[in-house]
Amino acid sequence: MSALAEPLPQVALGGIGLDRGGHLLIDQALRRLRPGDALLVTEGDAHLELHLRAWARSRGHAVDGCVLRKGNAADRRMAGAVRAGGTGPGGIVDRPPSSWGLAARGSLVEAGGPDLASADLASRPQVWSDVAPKLYAQAAASQWDPTTAVDWSATASLTAEELPDEIESAVVQVMTYLVENEQAALMVPARFLGRIHPHFREVVQLLAVQVADEARHVEVFTRRAQLRGFPLGVSGAGGRASLQTLLDEPDWSLASFLLSVLGEGTFLSLLSFLERCAPDPVTRQVARLALQDEARHVAFGLAHLTEEVAGDRALRDRLRAAIERRHDALASTSGLAPDVHDAMVVLAAGSWAPTAIAAGWAKVQALQADMDDGRRHRLVRLGFTGREAAELSALHTKNFM
Amino acid sequence: MSGDRLTLGAVAYDPKVVTIWDGFRRWFAAEGLDVDYVLYSNYERQVEELLAGTIDVAWSSPLAWVRAHRLAEAAGGGARALAMRDTDRDLTSIVVAREGSAVEAVHDLKGKVVGAGAVDSPQATLLPLAHLGGLGLTGELTVRRFEVGVGLHGDHVGGERDAARALMAGEVDAACMIDGNHLLFAREGLFPPGATRVVAQTAPYDHCNMTVVDGPGGPQPGREALLGRFCQLLFAMDYGDATVRPLLDLEGLKQWLPGRLDGYAQLEAAVDGSGFYDGAGTVTAEGYRP
Ligand SMILES: [Fe+2]
Ligand SMILES: [Fe+2]
Repeated sequence: MSALAEPLPQVALGGIGLDRGGHLLIDQALRRLRPGDALLVTEGDAHLELHLRAWARSRGHAVDGCVLRKGNAADRRMAGAVRAGGTGPGGIVDRPPSSWGLAARGSLVEAGGPDLASADLASRPQVWSDVAPKLYAQAAASQWDPTTAVDWSATASLTAEELPDEIESAVVQVMTYLVENEQAALMVPARFLGRIHPHFREVVQLLAVQVADEARHVEVFTRRAQLRGFPLGVSGAGGRASLQTLLDEPDWSLASFLLSVLGEGTFLSLLSFLERCAPDPVTRQVARLALQDEARHVAFGLAHLTEEVAGDRALRDRLRAAIERRHDALASTSGLAPDVHDAMVVLAAGSWAPTAIAAGWAKVQALQADMDDGRRHRLVRLGFTGREAAELSALHTKNFM
Repeated sequence: MSGDRLTLGAVAYDPKVVTIWDGFRRWFAAEGLDVDYVLYSNYERQVEELLAGTIDVAWSSPLAWVRAHRLAEAAGGGARALAMRDTDRDLTSIVVAREGSAVEAVHDLKGKVVGAGAVDSPQATLLPLAHLGGLGLTGELTVRRFEVGVGLHGDHVGGERDAARALMAGEVDAACMIDGNHLLFAREGLFPPGATRVVAQTAPYDHCNMTVVDGPGGPQPGREALLGRFCQLLFAMDYGDATVRPLLDLEGLKQWLPGRLDGYAQLEAAVDGSGFYDGAGTVTAEGYRP
């Protein structure tokens, strides 16, 4: 080195050996240098030269005594690296490649590594909705604890006069029906959750919370059913056949349509009916809690399908075909079990007095009209005409979900 | 060797060797070169099959290189080192004692027990013991060998680790190892900070290389073209290429470099001094059973 040369850049290790993290100090100093640049390492431990020789070799740097000459391996390692979009929702790309895999959105992704081929739901129009971040934040903030959010003693302490056994068994039958519906509502998003590209982080998060919501719904309806020591009611074959068609739908958009827009949409009316008409406070409370969550589930399904339909006119025909197909598949089944329908009437009646039964019957009739209204309204939001919406709503499963 | 295929020999010192050569084989195939590989359980057999022509090129330990070229020359031909890893250049071996023990400098090893690696380990046995011999310690100390992976020419780290453990347990007074393993054992906690003292270090030497041997008639033209393409592709392996980088990482290099022969003189002398092979490449080490 000539006398005019600038002094070498240095890094002092303060007595820390390369076996105790000293190499981190060296790496940090090297980051400021270019390949080919020299770095003098000082103040190591007794093994500095020995360890420097071995460490530099393994990292692709040249070494002479305590002077390193930076290699290009670190630069080459990141030569093919790309940014996985931007961190915020504004940085979402239309088609994140499977090679980004599990990398955080906005991270610098080293080339190579496994393809996340299982995440095949990877196109923005299909998966994303701009409301997802807001809905996720709301969902996270609205998580409730089944043990404390419900005053379980309020129903348990009712006397047999306040809540007659015949009415209680109607409530238990409705709860039995709700549990199996909630289980289907849990499994459908759970099946798609692992197929959505993690680039659409907020959608994955939202669906994950949705699954957790359904887990709590299963819990609270089960707890309500058990509250007064009655055995659970009947699980009708027709109801389960209807739910099975939801699980069998392999297409994400169609499954989301059938479950969230039509099924959970219809449940908004049902849960609201239970909140208003149930004979005991716990049933009203659990219906209200589930209703808040379901409103979010419906909002997301409707929002992402509205955006998807806007960019894909043919999708509406596929949605229509999905309803028709499901209707045909269920044509030979009974739909809503008579036990469930009758139980809803008795639940709303609150007693076996003939006038009360007639009033309960009228309330269930009104409920079914309300369900149909809601479905038609949501179908119109998706761009169907009023007439089409009425036709399609009529084909919806008698099982409600 | 058959037609347009090049057959490479490697020693299976670890299961990852299959991953490495399977990966390289696919990478060469994508570049239009048919390279197949044969795995051996030990280097002696690989050298013999290289000489017999079963394989075209051998991924050789430095000791295997010594034997291959001696055998080839004894048969009237010669050997060449085509390529080596960047990490095969300028290694050193050291002799380590416990800090605070009676061994403060290399001459304190007189009358003491030195732990070495397997009988056929260049870095943990042949080279450091030859270095101590050069300092006048031959016959002045007892060598205790830790025979792990005999036949693997020291590729298996087990012997060095056992010697290091014995050092810390006070069963030996010093232990031989390659420089990088001192750092490794220190990071593993086997050598606590300040617990060891390096009392001797060899001059730099070179390690593995891609070896070919030629008969008395010199290189075979057909095979030469394949070897030329093989080297061209080796040297073109780019650490920036994500398809080959994991393989380079597994094999422990950043880039392939041309082979060079000036880094093997120490080992040649150590082999002669210990009588490991004779001048014609015959195994003469006593009790060596790969
Ligand atoms: Fe639910
Ligand atoms: Fe839901």
